[in-house]
Amino acid sequence: MSPAQTVLAAELAANEASEHRPLIITLFAVFVLATLGITVWAGRQTKDAADFYAGGRQFSAFQNGLAVSGDYMSAASFLGIAGAIALFGYDGFLYSIGFLVAWLVALLLVAEPLRNSGRYTMGDVLAYRMRQRPVRTAAGTSTIVVSIFYLLAQMAGAGVLVSLLLGITSDAGKILIVALVGVLMIVYVSIGGMKGTTWVQMVKAVLLIGGTILITFLVLLKFDFNISDLLGTAAEKSGHGAAFLEPGLQYGINGTTKLDFISLGIALVLGTAGLPHILIRFYTVPNAKAARKSVNWAIGIIGAFYLMTIALGFGAAALVGPKEITESNPSGNTAAPLLALHVGGVDSAWGAILLATISAVAFATILAVVAGLTLASSSSFAHDIYANVIRRGQATEKEEMRAARWATVFIGIVSIALGALARDLNVAGLVALAFAVAASANLPTILYSLFWKRFTTQGALWSIYGGLIVAVGLVLFSPVVSGDPKAMFPDVDFAWFPLKNPGLISIPFGFLMGWLGTVLSKEEPDKAKYAELEVRSLTGTGAH
Amino acid sequence: MAPDAPPPSKEERALPSAEEFSEVQQSAEFAELRRSFRSFAFPLTIAFVVWYLLYVLLSNYAGGFMGTKLFGNINVAFVFGIAQFVTTFLIAWWYSRHAAAQLDPKAEAIKSRMEGGA
Repeated sequence: MSPAQTVLAAELAANEASEHRPLIITLFAVFVLATLGITVWAGRQTKDAADFYAGGRQFSAFQNGLAVSGDYMSAASFLGIAGAIALFGYDGFLYSIGFLVAWLVALLLVAEPLRNSGRYTMGDVLAYRMRQRPVRTAAGTSTIVVSIFYLLAQMAGAGVLVSLLLGITSDAGKILIVALVGVLMIVYVSIGGMKGTTWVQMVKAVLLIGGTILITFLVLLKFDFNISDLLGTAAEKSGHGAAFLEPGLQYGINGTTKLDFISLGIALVLGTAGLPHILIRFYTVPNAKAARKSVNWAIGIIGAFYLMTIALGFGAAALVGPKEITESNPSGNTAAPLLALHVGGVDSAWGAILLATISAVAFATILAVVAGLTLASSSSFAHDIYANVIRRGQATEKEEMRAARWATVFIGIVSIALGALARDLNVAGLVALAFAVAASANLPTILYSLFWKRFTTQGALWSIYGGLIVAVGLVLFSPVVSGDPKAMFPDVDFAWFPLKNPGLISIPFGFLMGWLGTVLSKEEPDKAKYAELEVRSLTGTGAH
Repeated sequence: MAPDAPPPSKEERALPSAEEFSEVQQSAEFAELRRSFRSFAFPLTIAFVVWYLLYVLLSNYAGGFMGTKLFGNINVAFVFGIAQFVTTFLIAWWYSRHAAAQLDPKAEAIKSRMEGGA
């Protein structure tokens, strides 16, 4: 294909989309109106703080499992992984595997103890046997930082979809859409609280799974359900041959990229159990047993979804081809919607309808995840920082909920402002940064708090701030931010740290600091409080 | 209900005292629950993390082996990846079975005694 033809193909997608713009807008409007309806209904049912933060703790294990899946399968999973596999073949598949295996850490070590001993936030567990104010400040800070990294990725995904669908390439147009997403998420969270957000997640999970099954089915149909044929065609069309199906295309270039692969792999597998917006989901069910069952549902649903990313990614490589994908978005973020267009038929109405549907699903995905992230950070601000640090536990429930609603508005505005920065990065790579920060700052502190008798306040502070500062600092000086054509600031170069993911350094550092802070601290650990935490976390005695 | 008991509420339940918690934590029954949990969850966690890292390292440093074709275009790397899915499903199922049989009854017994006696 000549360069001119390639450009044509990419434009074609946008044109096809623009012809059916009314359909896309209608589908999107239906989702927005339906979810707003749910939000208003849920808002009426939200009376006290337990409703706002934890959805009244009355969701069933299956409902929460579906909602957890909805919160977890973000634009990164849908757009990012499909794109990464479509462009880099087997190396992109690491995301699917890491994102799934990570759930075992949550299942075996974190979900049940957290549900048993906490109330509304991750900070509840971290500060349980520590000095409340400093640890809650630290927990609130890392919750907000992790959520903002995650939000950045979702906003990048939103911008990408818009330029594909509406043919908007101007910055003003993209910012307008990002602002629309921001306003919607403020409404969802501040009115519907956890109840509304949970229902939105469930609707979204069903739509996303449904859309993915449909595309997977259509892709496999083209290859008579012969996966070997699908892989073979993908390899051939990729221009890389058999290497496309082997590890190393993206990360096997040299020693540094190989280290980056390990770094990414560690961040993925250890990040999930430290993600605040996932952790607070476990408070929405009545008890630890239900939390365990919801993780099992989530593993089943998410596992099935990630298996289907094989068909999405290799299908996009085989049926769309890498040239058209990179023309449309250099990091491959539009591979899944383009695949929908191609399996339906590029010149047919059916293709355009599929493209519209999948894009609406992707948009729903982004909106729902953004709402979950905003809820996590505003909850943590209101409950950890406002109620327990600023007001020293003297705030009424009403005041706390009011603070949460204001925090929602503030975080909404911040993420709109940041959303414009990250357009050309692969959204899966961006989310992997949030995973690295979560695994460096939150996971060590959670594990030490729950399982290490000697752990002290100083240890908790050192591991949270140490992990957080090193992870964020290394990202700042990595090729993600500068010194690379796809970086946020491509025109400057202050990238002295060669890895794109900081996990390899920052995660062991977080664990090390927690240990060092503890053995060097002069204070005695609070034995009575640890006895209380340990008995509560394992038995559920006195659980909220 | 005794007239001076606090009103029952879904959020605020009277917690056992610090002494009771310490006493239970020191008890043989609780030690057995802790052992039963830790001796299962900790080694299993290490095992699946090692298994996963093996996959990551082989992908990095044993490209030739991972690229070996088994049948059609299906190579070792692909099968290895799918195997990670399968082991994840199996471990989740295995832990849940262990928890239901070994952990829940013990935890439930301690919890109901502590809350009943509070």
